Amino acid sequence: MPLEMPLLTLEARATPSASAAWLSPLLALTLTAITGAAIFLVMGKSPGIALYIYFIEPLTSWSGLSEVLVKAGPLILIGVGLSIGFRAGIWNIGAEGQFIAGALLGSAPAIFFYESANPLILPLMMLLGILGGMGWAAIPAVLKTRFNANEILVSLMLVYVAELLLIHLVQGPWRNPQGWGFPGTRMFPDAALLPVLFSGYRIHLGTIIAIVLPLLVWFALAKTQFGFQIKVFGSAPLAARHAGIGEKRMIWVTLMIGGGLAGLAGVIEASSTIGQLVPKISPGYGFTAIIVAFLGRLHPVGALLAGIAIAVTYIGGEGAQISAGLPKAVTGLFQGIILFYLLAFDLLTRYRLTRITISKSAT
Amino acid sequence: MIPALLELRGIQKIFPGCIANDDIDLTIAPGEIHALLGENGAGKSTLVKMIYGVLRPDQGEILWRGESIQIDNPASARALGIGMVFQHFSLFESMTTLENVALALPAQNLDLLRVQLEKTANEYGLKLHPDRYVYDLSMGERQRIEIVRCLLQDPKLLILDEPTSVLTPQESDVLFETLRKLVAEGRSILYISHKLEEVRALCGQATILRGGKRVDNCVPVEETAQSLAEKMIGRRVEPIQDRETPMSTQKRLVVSNLSKRSDELHGTDIQDVTFTVHAGEILGIAGIAGNGQTELMAALTGETGPPQSGSIEIENQDATAMAPMDRRQLGAVFVPEERIGQAAVSNLSLIQNSFLTSGKRMGFISAGIIDWSAVDAYTGHILDRFDVRATGRDALASSLSGGNLQKFIVGREILQTPQLIVVSQPTWGVDAGAAAAIHEQIQGLVANGAAALVISQDLDEIFGLCDQIAVISQGNLSTPRPAAEITTEAVGLLMGASNHASGDALANA
Repeated sequence: MPLEMPLLTLEARATPSASAAWLSPLLALTLTAITGAAIFLVMGKSPGIALYIYFIEPLTSWSGLSEVLVKAGPLILIGVGLSIGFRAGIWNIGAEGQFIAGALLGSAPAIFFYESANPLILPLMMLLGILGGMGWAAIPAVLKTRFNANEILVSLMLVYVAELLLIHLVQGPWRNPQGWGFPGTRMFPDAALLPVLFSGYRIHLGTIIAIVLPLLVWFALAKTQFGFQIKVFGSAPLAARHAGIGEKRMIWVTLMIGGGLAGLAGVIEASSTIGQLVPKISPGYGFTAIIVAFLGRLHPVGALLAGIAIAVTYIGGEGAQISAGLPKAVTGLFQGIILFYLLAFDLLTRYRLTRITISKSAT
Repeated sequence: MIPALLELRGIQKIFPGCIANDDIDLTIAPGEIHALLGENGAGKSTLVKMIYGVLRPDQGEILWRGESIQIDNPASARALGIGMVFQHFSLFESMTTLENVALALPAQNLDLLRVQLEKTANEYGLKLHPDRYVYDLSMGERQRIEIVRCLLQDPKLLILDEPTSVLTPQESDVLFETLRKLVAEGRSILYISHKLEEVRALCGQATILRGGKRVDNCVPVEETAQSLAEKMIGRRVEPIQDRETPMSTQKRLVVSNLSKRSDELHGTDIQDVTFTVHAGEILGIAGIAGNGQTELMAALTGETGPPQSGSIEIENQDATAMAPMDRRQLGAVFVPEERIGQAAVSNLSLIQNSFLTSGKRMGFISAGIIDWSAVDAYTGHILDRFDVRATGRDALASSLSGGNLQKFIVGREILQTPQLIVVSQPTWGVDAGAAAAIHEQIQGLVANGAAALVISQDLDEIFGLCDQIAVISQGNLSTPRPAAEITTEAVGLLMGASNHASGDALANA
């Protein structure tokens, strides 16, 4: 008699499912909330209240919304830049370092001309910020195009170099002489600060840049030859070569875009909410933006939405520390769980679950 | 009655979206060379993979010497006495012949194995050097390693998948001798091929597959190549039509003393290659795979950068150092060997794939912005003119069959109205209908004054299509000769030539 054994198995889809591509981030967010609830329960907190503090409360007030958008700004800018590189198969993991390099170079005018009231200082800082990020990303670009060095390792290791350089500068040569020995530069002059949009809220000009930019990049990727080249280079390097899309050029361009936007995010952060350089200018934006890029399906508008979603966990995490006494580490935990579920569900865009029955003849 | 060595009854295998094998019966008697005939996609590979235990049938029964069995994996197939030589060899290039053989067998003393290897090789007339490295060996020699490796396991049934596709006509003859010796000892051979003449010469029985179904069983010698082809394809096939060669002295492509190093480890360097293709002319380059065809193609498209020495002129302009798109601007188009991943991107739509090589030449870009509606119209034009069967212009390239995708790629290039088309393996793995259409389009283009360079492993195609024929061997190209003046044998000798004196062999032939 045959023995029926029902099993679940993965079966490759003929074409990747379009609905699954958009469904998987939503499923990932839902399961993250459920897993979060279970963790809160184990920690002895009420899951309902904790989840409310985390995910809903930040969106219930104008100041909360403003804080979310301010937090989302750098994540979106970096995430969009990384999306372009990841689409092309260039794995720039060191956006954190490029963020710091942008903040350093971009802040230099404000530190050296600390009494300046020249309105041109702000555009100059933005430009230098972009160049700083690009310069930092140029190192993996040179090493990859010249020596075929792995950009993942090079860009990642440069993060720690940038961090140490920042610490050295704010404790040494760039330290505020009137700062009572605390590490940190002078406060930037008003002319070197990005204007806030509404008094009483921290939302500023940089936030607007972060919201508009994804739309421009979306257009560029969909309509221009450059966007097409990125797509071809990422999915079929040999076809790209055949069609005359230069490998070195693509490596350079994608790393410059990723680095430039990370650098811009860095200088915006320094010249808005912080207003000076301090040893810890980034709560890990450059790394979290990798999650943002993937959560946003490597799509610029996706990165915009994902940046806001991740920003909610940051702001919610701060609220949870204050009002529910939850450790700050829970924020990182949430971000990790989201990425974990997302990668798991990504499998479903290329595979589907089917039931199979293996019949075994009984002996 | 002696029971059959292997019998398949009602074998079925279903893959997502296609029935690869449907109710197939096949019987192989001891001491028989049995041909498995069919076009690409007919289900031959799927069927033999089930015999060799790589796949499992969804339905049906396999009988080995009259007993119903289940073959779980290749190891259990080998234990039964089934050996297989795949079309793509599974050898390590940076190891020696002996080491490669040892790897496939249970651990044992290498010196003993060497003795055994030499004994078996001699017995069956398979010339081998145990200590030579595989990267240094010709395709024929590599195949011999695979065969000896199987024979050392004393198989009752040997499966050969398209064994002559990598051999010169002369090497094929040697292989046939070996196979006849094997069946004289009572072994059986399952011989997969689509080359009808050799099936007629070699095989006692044939099973013909079409579209996953067994359509006929026959004795090949009682058939003609034409009648076998019709069974295989399911309708009449027309041979390639002769055409008038318009005389012209106008040079479309001039390659002089071109030398280019291969980017690949163990690739073949192009050495001192010289030829000219005139307007109204098709030059065919014959040769066994891996003799520098890929490198020559890349040197002509410009995708691997400028050559170490020599020059390339397209339409009387020096293109030696030009980038691929600039060469296309001169009027050259290229159809490389790899369809998926090089000529087309599998996860992009046909519209996007049309744009891939035509964007600049067809003027689809202005100020960096792509005019997608114009590309869309162009794609529709390709699908209509070249009879590409696709679910739509936005179908993914990966959803097309090999033949349809090749028609699409050739169409994309030809509709750019080139003066020169360079095409590598134009009909490799393409069904007969699509192959005829592709040949016709290339001929039509040339009749209107363009020039064509066709690189192909298929001698029938070379002789049927080309006006001039040259042979590439180990990166050297023989002097092109008019097709009417040379024989298949002469080309075969050149294909196997291993020295620079290629021209002499041709002169003497």
